[in-house]
Amino acid sequence: MARELKLMKGNEAIARAMIASGTDGYFGYPITPQSEVMETLMAEKPWETTGMTVLQAESEMASINMVYGGAATGKKVATSSSSPGISLMQEGMTYLAGAEIPCLVVNVMRGGPGLGTIQPSQSDYIQSVKGGGHGDYQMYTLAPASVQEMYDFVFDAWDIAFKYRNPVLILSDGAIGQCMEKLYTRDYVPRWTEEERQKNAPWGTWGKPANRGHNIITSLELDSARQEVFNLKLQAKYAEMKEKEVRYEALNCEDADYIIVAYGSSSRISMKAMQMAREKGIKVGLFRLITLFPFPTKQLNELSKKVKGILTVEMSAGQMIEDVRLATECRVKVEHFGRFGGIIPTPTEVLEALENKIIK
Amino acid sequence: MTEEIIIAGFGGQGVLSMGKILAYSGVMQDKEVSWMPSYGPEMRGGTANVSVIISDERISSPIINQFDTAIILNQQSLDKFEKSVKPGGLLIFDPNGITHEPTRKDINIYKIAATQKAQEMGISKVFNMVVLGGFLKLKPIVEPKYIHEGLEHSLPQRHWNLIPQNEEAIEIGKGLIEAVQVL
Amino acid sequence: MKREDIIKPENLVYTKTKVLTDAVMHYCPGCGHGTAHRIIAEVIEELGIQDKTIGIAPVGCSVLAYNYFDVDFQEAAHGRAPALATAAKRLNPDRYVFTYQGDGDLAAIGTAETIHACNRGENITMIFINNGIYGMTGGQMAPTTLVGMKSATTPYGRNVALNGYPLRITELISTLPGTYFVSRQSVHTPAAVRKAKAAVRKAFENQKLNKGLSFVEIVSSCNSGWKMTPVQANHWMEENMFPNYPVGDIKVDGKIVSGIDLDRIVVDHPLTVVNK
Repeated sequence: MARELKLMKGNEAIARAMIASGTDGYFGYPITPQSEVMETLMAEKPWETTGMTVLQAESEMASINMVYGGAATGKKVATSSSSPGISLMQEGMTYLAGAEIPCLVVNVMRGGPGLGTIQPSQSDYIQSVKGGGHGDYQMYTLAPASVQEMYDFVFDAWDIAFKYRNPVLILSDGAIGQCMEKLYTRDYVPRWTEEERQKNAPWGTWGKPANRGHNIITSLELDSARQEVFNLKLQAKYAEMKEKEVRYEALNCEDADYIIVAYGSSSRISMKAMQMAREKGIKVGLFRLITLFPFPTKQLNELSKKVKGILTVEMSAGQMIEDVRLATECRVKVEHFGRFGGIIPTPTEVLEALENKIIK
Repeated sequence: MTEEIIIAGFGGQGVLSMGKILAYSGVMQDKEVSWMPSYGPEMRGGTANVSVIISDERISSPIINQFDTAIILNQQSLDKFEKSVKPGGLLIFDPNGITHEPTRKDINIYKIAATQKAQEMGISKVFNMVVLGGFLKLKPIVEPKYIHEGLEHSLPQRHWNLIPQNEEAIEIGKGLIEAVQVL
Repeated sequence: MKREDIIKPENLVYTKTKVLTDAVMHYCPGCGHGTAHRIIAEVIEELGIQDKTIGIAPVGCSVLAYNYFDVDFQEAAHGRAPALATAAKRLNPDRYVFTYQGDGDLAAIGTAETIHACNRGENITMIFINNGIYGMTGGQMAPTTLVGMKSATTPYGRNVALNGYPLRITELISTLPGTYFVSRQSVHTPAAVRKAKAAVRKAFENQKLNKGLSFVEIVSSCNSGWKMTPVQANHWMEENMFPNYPVGDIKVDGKIVSGIDLDRIVVDHPLTVVNK
């Protein structure tokens, strides 16, 4: 299918991008507000067109472990869920990272803790970029702020996942998931042939031919010395991501006196707040995080030398602010503004927070 | 041009689909659009609303709390959103079931008796298009030919035979809307 | 005959299958895992599917099974092997996928994955080693621990009032329409090994038919966990495990064939100690 102009929900965009990007399998479990991902896939029946497998699993634990089993054979395998389901998947994620299995996990966040609310939230930042599961590992984490990015980041995810042999997380939220926007689809990327799979995933458990030893996908190493070497290898991989794969968008930051740092839906709300501030003559810029891990530490550090204050906006009690403060080395005042429980802050509230917490 | 709209009423009145047709028409006319529904228990409780933004520029927040236009189809929604219309903005309501009419003095208010008209004409299924017609009469932000394309993209192909009926309903709505308060 | 003559190729009556690696197994002497590994590996060799086989290892004593089989292997999180196998098979339908799990892995923490993989009729082979105890963690109660049987966490014997009944998951999954072949075997005598191997072979061959899941339970001893000699453990297994877990085919070609009384619950077991 060629490039087409469509109007669709963020969740639907995720599903359609999976089909279009040559994804081999999707395994999921229904949970609001992301159930349209699997609903779209089931309605599209990609097994009849691209040959993609789609299965409704018995739980999120089964889903993430199906991702493990399928992706360990060198196939492009994905799942999606929302916060409570993602909590259930944390065990699987640390195993995926520990076994260096490329795959895609999508979290369309809702409010917590516990069962919480089904409305949008951004309170899974720490879970996403500082573990979640046990052990020293990182998910490459992308934060889309539009339906178009929901679509495009699925394609980007496969490149990163296989380049680094690392799981990729798309961290979205109920607002972007439920929102419909304009979207340009892309040309279909065919699923890999058997030869391409074996070439792109020589480590995969796709059946041992006579000319190689058996491939083992495991996160277990009982020898401490060897496990330390493996940990160092993972750390080197993460360091390389920090060096090469940081993504962000800086809007009106050149002349800004004040900066709002935000990602996902909050960055859209903050963009409006920035426009309102500019109309009032306050020079505000927006620094939108696209990758949450790797975090744009250097760029924010540089920016902090030029501005008078920074407001972080996140639908949480203030999780990302920790990384902003570390990045800016307490050079300027950094404060947080957010709402909880599925309440989405308004641009007016963001502007007021900027004026009250930072400017005054 | 940026038009920020809230459409609110009962589930089943076609609130979300009205928004979708409007948004898709905007896409066809090469505008930037966003369509943000209420969802979850709110939706299941019987009320439904959707914010639609149509703009010539990149849309910042799809989530907004102040609207250029509120299209209101029941009393609860009127109570909730009357205060959210920007000063000088537009409020359109269907008087069916409305016991307390809008009271603001700083906005333009129109009413459209679409429920009654649609019932009389036996076209209740396209009631929402009558309302949309009323809105488009006042704010022709998308051209009719793009509305046609929007309908084609919003409706499954098996329902394309209903497009003329939808378009007729829009024309009926244009004739039905009446001013209550014009600034 | 001298030793040198005995090991001459022409005199050999048995050689290790090439589908097992030369890694030294870490299993206790007397344990059934080694034999179970061997018959699976022999079946893979005999069917000529070494290059098409994907194994899934559990968490438990056989966590390192991947070191012993010379086929591609995945190591699962505790209990999740059937989920891994589901996706591995669905995405690679021309490969042979098998899981290898113990009782804690398959019938406690992984019960949901086991039942749902069986119920979906995944076209895979599941091998289930049941020794009635958690071996690796040091002999704690398993879901299959017999009533009255002592373990590290049932030091006075499994008490029904406290711990419920032994879970006969094999009978349970045999009632699901998704299972095509269900058999319970043991590997403690040469005759038993032959029968067990035939069952494993059928369980692998069935993947060609694409008619549902094949499941082979192997009742095994755990002399370390049971605190017995290997010989004592085998006798104890025959006397106590087999009445609860009778060996033989349970479901063949999608039809229940055993006369096992599914209602039978062994509460008057000789070892029963019930706190009053």
